[in-house]
Amino acid sequence: MKITLKVWRQKNNQDTGRFVQYVRDNVSPDMSFLEMLDVLNEDLIAKGEVSVAFDHDCREGICGSCSMVINGRAHGPRNLTTACQLHMREFSDGDTICVEPWRAKAFPVLKDLVVDRSAFDRIIQAGGFISVNTGSASDANLTLISKEASDASFDAAACIGCGACVAACPNASAMLFTAAKVSHLGLLPQGQPERYTRVMNMVEQMDNEGFGACTNHGECQEACPKGISIGFIARMNKDYAKATLCPTEISSDKLKAQ
Amino acid sequence: MNLNSNIPSGPIEKKWDQHRFDLKLVNPANKRKYTVIVVGTGLAGASASASLAELGYNVKTFCFQDSPRRAHSIAAQGGINAAKNYKNDGDSIYRLFYDTVKGGDFRAREANVFRLAQVSVNIIDQCVAQGVPFAREYGGLLDNRSFGGAQVSRTFYARGQTGQQLLIGAYQALERQIAAGGVKMYPRTEMLDLVLVEGKAKGIVVRDLVTGKIESHVADAVVLATGGYGNVFYLSTNAKGCNVTATWRAHKKGAGFANPCFTQIHPTCIPVSGEYQSKLTLMSESLRNDGRIWVPKKKGDTRSPDQIPEEDRDYYLERRYPSFGNLVPRDVASRAAKERCDSGFGVGPGGLGVYLDFAASIKRLGKEAIEERYGNLFEMYERITDENPYKIPMRIYPAVHYTMGGLWVDYNLMSTIPGLYVIGEANFSDHGANRLGASALMQGLADGYFILPYTIGDYLSKQTPGGLDTSHTAFKNAESEVTTKTNKLLSLNGKRTVDSFHKELGKIMWDECGMGRNKAGLEKALKNIPTLREEFWKNVKISGSGEELNQDLERAGRVADFLEFGELMCLDAYTREESCGGHFREEYQTPEGEALRNDDKFCYSAVWEYKGEKTAPVLHKESLSFEHVHLTQRSYK
Repeated sequence: MKITLKVWRQKNNQDTGRFVQYVRDNVSPDMSFLEMLDVLNEDLIAKGEVSVAFDHDCREGICGSCSMVINGRAHGPRNLTTACQLHMREFSDGDTICVEPWRAKAFPVLKDLVVDRSAFDRIIQAGGFISVNTGSASDANLTLISKEASDASFDAAACIGCGACVAACPNASAMLFTAAKVSHLGLLPQGQPERYTRVMNMVEQMDNEGFGACTNHGECQEACPKGISIGFIARMNKDYAKATLCPTEISSDKLKAQ
Repeated sequence: MNLNSNIPSGPIEKKWDQHRFDLKLVNPANKRKYTVIVVGTGLAGASASASLAELGYNVKTFCFQDSPRRAHSIAAQGGINAAKNYKNDGDSIYRLFYDTVKGGDFRAREANVFRLAQVSVNIIDQCVAQGVPFAREYGGLLDNRSFGGAQVSRTFYARGQTGQQLLIGAYQALERQIAAGGVKMYPRTEMLDLVLVEGKAKGIVVRDLVTGKIESHVADAVVLATGGYGNVFYLSTNAKGCNVTATWRAHKKGAGFANPCFTQIHPTCIPVSGEYQSKLTLMSESLRNDGRIWVPKKKGDTRSPDQIPEEDRDYYLERRYPSFGNLVPRDVASRAAKERCDSGFGVGPGGLGVYLDFAASIKRLGKEAIEERYGNLFEMYERITDENPYKIPMRIYPAVHYTMGGLWVDYNLMSTIPGLYVIGEANFSDHGANRLGASALMQGLADGYFILPYTIGDYLSKQTPGGLDTSHTAFKNAESEVTTKTNKLLSLNGKRTVDSFHKELGKIMWDECGMGRNKAGLEKALKNIPTLREEFWKNVKISGSGEELNQDLERAGRVADFLEFGELMCLDAYTREESCGGHFREEYQTPEGEALRNDDKFCYSAVWEYKGEKTAPVLHKESLSFEHVHLTQRSYK
């Protein structure tokens, strides 16, 4: 296959950046998208040019490193697929493919397609955990958890923290990411003691990082490679509303941490 | 080189309890005065960082990824073993211990393995308390399944994403400690050297991968949790960033490297599709619970698999190993696949594949049940190969997956360098010559949550905290060595890319030190690797500069280390004139083609001491004794 690439090149955070065109011959349909970029980089290095920087690691769609907008879609055209799992057979001979980094104020570009997603870690730091020190747990089977609750919690916990939801959202909102963690923990009995302080603190941190608000476009759900439902955003909003509007319903000690 | 394993005396069931009592404690008020560096944030590193900070130590944690949550533990699919005996099928701590020693082909320390089995039960409790959504039964209790090489159901799992869920649990515990101020986190920061002061590990030199700045960090102890070295083969199931740099550079500073030739080839991976291939993808071996492995009985049978009738199929694992069948341990399953393919019965491009067939299970249990169990794996397979495994059998082939070898550690997980601890896959301790399925997650978390936090206190209690800063000459010298090396790489401006060297090294390693090894091949590799290394240092070409985010430069440093390490690996394989577990020397096999150990001569861990660039490494031996699990030839017939 012959492919024309338009790749976002940006030397560093200060640089303004621009698209650079590369024409690729002999692209195999069985190559992954990142392997196609590997081969481009090999050629660039051989020619004495600087290779294209992009985040990637496991290449199995689970680590959440890869982060590129391909033809205007976070992770590219195939649903439920990260860029590393996308294969060139999704494209046709003669296509022009545009490759950009995640674009969001809270994810500054570091170089080319590499962005800084440490804002996500700080949202987790604000409350995305259950406070249990090593060694203090009781026997695992003492807490019964219905299969339904456990499965629903898992559906939220499947988030890989890639940031596609932010990249796809016209407001660059991190509501899906935050809601996934709030729901993963809030659906389990172990997560109940901190349920309402957690949602308050995580949402506050999300706002402080400069992510936008949710206005129900639903783009995040479409872009999410793990199929995380915006139903979790509704669930988070319910918890948040309860925590802020009906604090009497929640025992005072649960709000103490605020 | 002092190889005192410091195994406590007393009966095996009592060793760890007694040892925990004998270990000295650090006064709670003094813990914050001690700084511990942890390198790596996989299951071992993240759990250790969180646990140490919870105890009150001042922790500095480093990872090369953009977030600690990305470490490669995240990709583990199948599950985690624990001797809970929730299934009432006869499991016990002793049985898990027995299975692990035997599965490791008698090349691990009994005392370490017993402790691993003991703490396995605490790991599940801890993870559930953190909110890890393990699979459950309708009654609300935890579900278990049996997993590669075990005859009891002791594996806890979270769909096909167990590693992800366990790592997220440990990551969240780590982030909680970062917020509480107990851990200072340094993402996108790569360790490039270990610093010793008066023979003790006192810090590291790192490169900030965004700015390129080289700097040092001081500590009272250093913990390496930097994973395995499978990427020495270039193609493996490891993440692209996995490397040997941290452990190799510690080795060059005096840490003994144990059993580097013990590598695990996983039987169920997606076969290679072309020259551009950048990594291999694992299909969890849990698939072997419901999939049947076969090849055509006739050589070069090109019929599509659904056109090949039952009588023309060879279910070779069921044929050779009637009692374990498709569930034989990984090394046995991998070699059997290689044997069939080498004999000309392989399927798919180049004949390098065997079928993993779900038709019988789909017929017996229904498509829905199979989808429930393996849906995400089937989808992944289809995304990569464009074939639907519900209709046509999967094609699989073995691939490098895990490395049992690593830095030598004693019972306290301390290396031969005082104050340098090594945990998780980076150390050599518990799996002997072959790791059983679902035991890597168990070991990483055992080391990080439940072993290191106790044992490191004993060492720290005997040290005066602090007293050093990065102006010390040891740090300045190490920084200057690292800077010189980086500048040299950038100045070479040769003709070949880093990846081209890495691929060539990988081919040598796979051909001569992969699934099968022999004297002549290893001799060839020992000749070719130094030549390739020499060329690398004359002819490698790296784009960009050192003062910026430069992924070529990162890779170059890692490949430079692989080019040194690969030679040691081959030397270790050459020296071990026996077959055991994942190390299969073709000269040493039973008439049936099984691994033939030589316990009279090789019942030891081989520990290599670095002697300098131009001098051959020296082999030291830690002999192994087996008092509980008696030395026998493994049989899965």
